[in-house]
Amino acid sequence: MDLDALAGCLTSPACLVTQTTSGLIIGMLLFLVAVGLTLIFGVLKVVNFSHGAFYMFGAYFAMTAYQLTDSFALAMLSGALGTAILGLVFERAFMSRVYGADVLMQLLVCYAFVLIFDDVVRMIWGPEFRSMGMPAAFQVPPLFIAGGVVPPYYLLLIGVALAVALVLGLGLARTRIGKVIRAAAHNPGMVSALGINTGLIYGGVFALGGMLAGLAGALAAPVRSLTPGMGFSVLIESFIVTVIGGMGSILGALIGALLIGLIRSFGSLGFPLFTEGLMYLFMVIVLVSRPTGLFGKEVA
Amino acid sequence: MTRTRRPGVSRRATLALMGAGAATFAAPWVARAQAKTIKIGMPTILSGRVAQLGTSSRNAVMLEVEKVNASGGLAGRQIEMVIRDSKGQPQEAARIARELVNTDGCEMLLDGEASSGSFAVHEVARDLGVLCIHTCSEASSLTADPKQHIPNAFRCVRQGIHDSIVGASYAAKIAKTKGLKKWATCSPDYAYGRDTTGEFTLYLKKFAPDVEIISESWPKLFQPDYTEVVTKILQAKPQALYSCLWGGDLTSYIDQANIYAMFAQMEVFAVNMADYTALTVVKNLPKGIHSGDRYIKTFPPTPENAAWGDAYKAKYNEYPTNWSWQNATAVMFLSEAVKKANSADGKKVAEALTGLTIKCPFGADGTVTMRADDHTLVGYAIGWGTTISQEPYVPDVQAGDWKTIFELEAEWKKSKGYT
Repeated sequence: MDLDALAGCLTSPACLVTQTTSGLIIGMLLFLVAVGLTLIFGVLKVVNFSHGAFYMFGAYFAMTAYQLTDSFALAMLSGALGTAILGLVFERAFMSRVYGADVLMQLLVCYAFVLIFDDVVRMIWGPEFRSMGMPAAFQVPPLFIAGGVVPPYYLLLIGVALAVALVLGLGLARTRIGKVIRAAAHNPGMVSALGINTGLIYGGVFALGGMLAGLAGALAAPVRSLTPGMGFSVLIESFIVTVIGGMGSILGALIGALLIGLIRSFGSLGFPLFTEGLMYLFMVIVLVSRPTGLFGKEVA
Repeated sequence: MTRTRRPGVSRRATLALMGAGAATFAAPWVARAQAKTIKIGMPTILSGRVAQLGTSSRNAVMLEVEKVNASGGLAGRQIEMVIRDSKGQPQEAARIARELVNTDGCEMLLDGEASSGSFAVHEVARDLGVLCIHTCSEASSLTADPKQHIPNAFRCVRQGIHDSIVGASYAAKIAKTKGLKKWATCSPDYAYGRDTTGEFTLYLKKFAPDVEIISESWPKLFQPDYTEVVTKILQAKPQALYSCLWGGDLTSYIDQANIYAMFAQMEVFAVNMADYTALTVVKNLPKGIHSGDRYIKTFPPTPENAAWGDAYKAKYNEYPTNWSWQNATAVMFLSEAVKKANSADGKKVAEALTGLTIKCPFGADGTVTMRADDHTLVGYAIGWGTTISQEPYVPDVQAGDWKTIFELEAEWKKSKGYT
């Protein structure tokens, strides 16, 4: 424990800015993965254990597109769209067959695909780690805000994630499609009886979830190394986020992800040997005091 | 209608078979001698996160075995390699090693396992008494600890303690000239990271007593994001940073530290940077990172080493790794030991290997030695230098001094109670 370092940081504006943005970056990427997970669970009632694979594919798609076109925007776009299509195909071809099935069955199918997707990546891109590289536009010196260091690329990343959160939140709350999705989550039988194609909604939601994870992978690609199996550690942390925030809640995913990010960034100063533990400890505290998570609703 | 070839034995093949049969009856001993290949088993890591290293080990072994076979094999017997994937799991490595000897009839083992698996294979070698050369494990205790010593096992690998001594003496020189007193460390949180960092800082303080470690970070192995670690180090404002992160973890770390302009704010010493697997992957390699040599074809700066690196690249279309040169050296040792013993019998080869010095492209002075008292490789090229962003990546490697290494290694062994 190094509480002096933590206290020193909390009283220094430079340190506060650096560590807070560092927490936001970690949190925002986690949010993008976790929100897809929570959305899919909320509507489809499936715990998508293979969600990390979409993050991985997003990163690889982005890297390949970037190498071919040299365009950062196209790289992000192909990361997101590629995984959306993959998500749709995966849902229609496989996941849709196990909706009514036992949870164990669903887990098994998902886990099988974790292994299959990892091997597919290995076959296409090779087993060794790869790196996309930072686009030239972002190879600039970091900004100094109140003495704290903030890389411009991370500002973009935080901006994109916040925009996604806003569009998703408003879209679900205010639009007609949003209403239908919420209705389908609540009572799919009735929605179907009203003449709405629930299969389409399910496929769409799964594709959207995959797309968000893919976008997270694409955004992470310039700063993280790409390896088969890279989705796994991200998946575990996203599960923690969704459990803390409440399964199925978008706001919960946002708050949960930000909390985890901040715990990591400030925890590494105050409790350098217990940063990981701190995350799990927090999850335990939330689960004991609110078993449904911070924003989860009691399932009737 | 076109006539297609019917399956079965063709007339030409029948004739050839009959000819071979006649030859066998005429001179049976020749046929037996030629048919009797010598099998060498090799468990290594061919899948998972470090598959690239295992594959590069296999490649290097095959490159050298081809040469040995072309020049007549081991005591007249052609080498047949039996290479299996342990997936990096120690229990699997041990099972495979046992199976290679007992079921496949391998007479020798090359152990291409990382430190975790090498100790398991070592126990198999102890149990079966088969000749075994470890080719990838850098953990010092594997040969330094007398409890591990068996007459039939050898280690043909660079060693953690050697790296620490050379790295620390290089770093101390720079610390003194540039006045670097405040240091931070950032290494992966497992045995290798902890031990290597501990030994490095121990010797750094010995060579440069002014040095003070003001911040330590221990990210998890294979952690995807290092942002909190990077910013923590920036907060501590050290003058220099030591890291033994490796592979994809190191390249992630560099990409993430780069956008915080970390490399402009402190001197960075990353022992595992100068390895082609990392050098060729990082897109924006910062200039001036200090690194140990893992494998680089320009160090030792000899035509033999450059030729070997180029031959490997020509055959496999990528540069060799640190594991490659070690595995190649092991095959060179085997070939020379068999010549010296004039026999491929495991026991005799082991005796010949003990204390053997051979010519080798990776030797500091053109030779390497299998030290007699602890069966470990010494005299290999070892040094540190700074990076540039394109080939040759580390243009000027400063060689470590083996006399100093031997002196401090002996002291270290004593302090550990090994001698």
